[in-house]
Amino acid sequence: MTDLFSKFDPLIDERQALLDRGVRDPFSIVMEKVISPTEAIIQGKHTILLGTYNYMGMTFDRDVIEAGKSALDNFGAGTTGSRVLNGTYQGHKECEQALIDFYGMEHAIVFSTGYQANLGMISTLAGKGEYIILDADSHASIYDGCALGNAEVVRFRHNNVEDLDKRLGRLPKEPGKLVVLEGVYSMLGDIAPLKEMVAVAKKHGCMVLVDEAHGMGFFGENGRGVFEEAGVADDVDFVVGTFSKSVGTVGGFCVSNHPKFEVLRLVCRPYVFTASLPPSVVATAAASIRKLMHSGEKRAHLWKNSKRLHQGLRDLGFQLGTETAQSAIIAVMLPDMDATVHMWQALLEQGLYVNMARPPATPAGTFLLRCSLCAEHTDAQVGEILEMFAIAGRATGCIS
Amino acid sequence: MSTYDDTFGRIAAQIEPFNKKKASLRPGTSFAGDLEWDSLTVMDFVAAIEDEFDIIITMNMQAEIETIGQLVDAVMKLQAE
Ligand SMILES: Cc1ncc(COP(=O)(O)O)c(C=O)c1O
Repeated sequence: MTDLFSKFDPLIDERQALLDRGVRDPFSIVMEKVISPTEAIIQGKHTILLGTYNYMGMTFDRDVIEAGKSALDNFGAGTTGSRVLNGTYQGHKECEQALIDFYGMEHAIVFSTGYQANLGMISTLAGKGEYIILDADSHASIYDGCALGNAEVVRFRHNNVEDLDKRLGRLPKEPGKLVVLEGVYSMLGDIAPLKEMVAVAKKHGCMVLVDEAHGMGFFGENGRGVFEEAGVADDVDFVVGTFSKSVGTVGGFCVSNHPKFEVLRLVCRPYVFTASLPPSVVATAAASIRKLMHSGEKRAHLWKNSKRLHQGLRDLGFQLGTETAQSAIIAVMLPDMDATVHMWQALLEQGLYVNMARPPATPAGTFLLRCSLCAEHTDAQVGEILEMFAIAGRATGCIS
Repeated sequence: MSTYDDTFGRIAAQIEPFNKKKASLRPGTSFAGDLEWDSLTVMDFVAAIEDEFDIIITMNMQAEIETIGQLVDAVMKLQAE
């Protein structure tokens, strides 16, 4: 009998080889205590968090927590049901209304995670004989949405407007087409040239879906995302997002002005065949989204943090994923697995948590340490972060 | 419409810059096994083939193509459409 796990042996061996070198496992960190959006205790050590996507620091917001507690008391711990059966409570409708108000759109559907929002939207919108056109560096949830559906899938080179144009020009005119873009690409923290890309998609008669997972809260006049800042809101058909980053809880959504949007509640399997979010979660999400509408000061501080960290790391001699700070993600590029793991561990030992990323999650076989800033990081913390990078970088030989 | 040999020759020319292992190119040569290409190389190569023949090879089709011979057949079929 063949052991079904045999195919994972190379991965198991690679991981063991890493641990044998005395390195902590970057993929099994435990937060023993969480002190604030920017600090936790990891293995007894007070640690600054710089890898949590908690961009707007809403996880400990007083109003958000109160809203959650009250929903927990009044509506219970869970819904035990699908949105289309017994799982839609008043709180789910209020959460969808908060999204409608935040985005200034007609319709909103809340899913149990952002991953499921992409799975559901992408697999349902484009059917057999139709086309999905996606960026090569798309998030796993977008690729998995393609795999779940029956459409033909075409990739274009990352953020390459010309390549997108060329590919769309080669497709047959008749079938329906969905172009899937992301506002911010989460590995390098680079943003998409949405103005040009959406124009090209429209020129070829495609519908456009933009995933704003890493853009919600601090791009554009109302914090709606990169598509708002790019001035293409009228030409984007669907915006997908998550509650697990700026909103500070868990869940996913899609908003749209399409007149037939509501039919998705009946045909979208990742919406129908799973339990809805707990009442406390939708209550915290709604409270947080409403607060994000008026967080100009937090946004400004987040941008200030991101620009300062980017400049500071550059000045230290690190190679970064983008020329300038384009988002709240700063990617520190490292030459190989060894350097990356040692650097990651040297930071953690000093009390700084960042994400480690490596192929195949990263583009073009790159190794990187991904930093995501929070509006609640103080100026003093950003200073400490830079100091820790300087010490770790010199100790590991990553900088001179 | 091009002949099999002609298409094979044009595809082989596109493989050359990516053929780091100097594997011999026959219809039965497989991309993953013989040429040992990773997914990134495959992507660049597919883009080159698409440009050469002015076609689109969808990811669905790519999943079915393992050897050079299968690619020649697919390209000829796409050109005929
Ligand atoms: C671009 C993108 N889309 C979707 C998701 C999925 O979000 P969630 O964590 O809500 O499943 C993520 C984050 O993991 C993401 O980075």
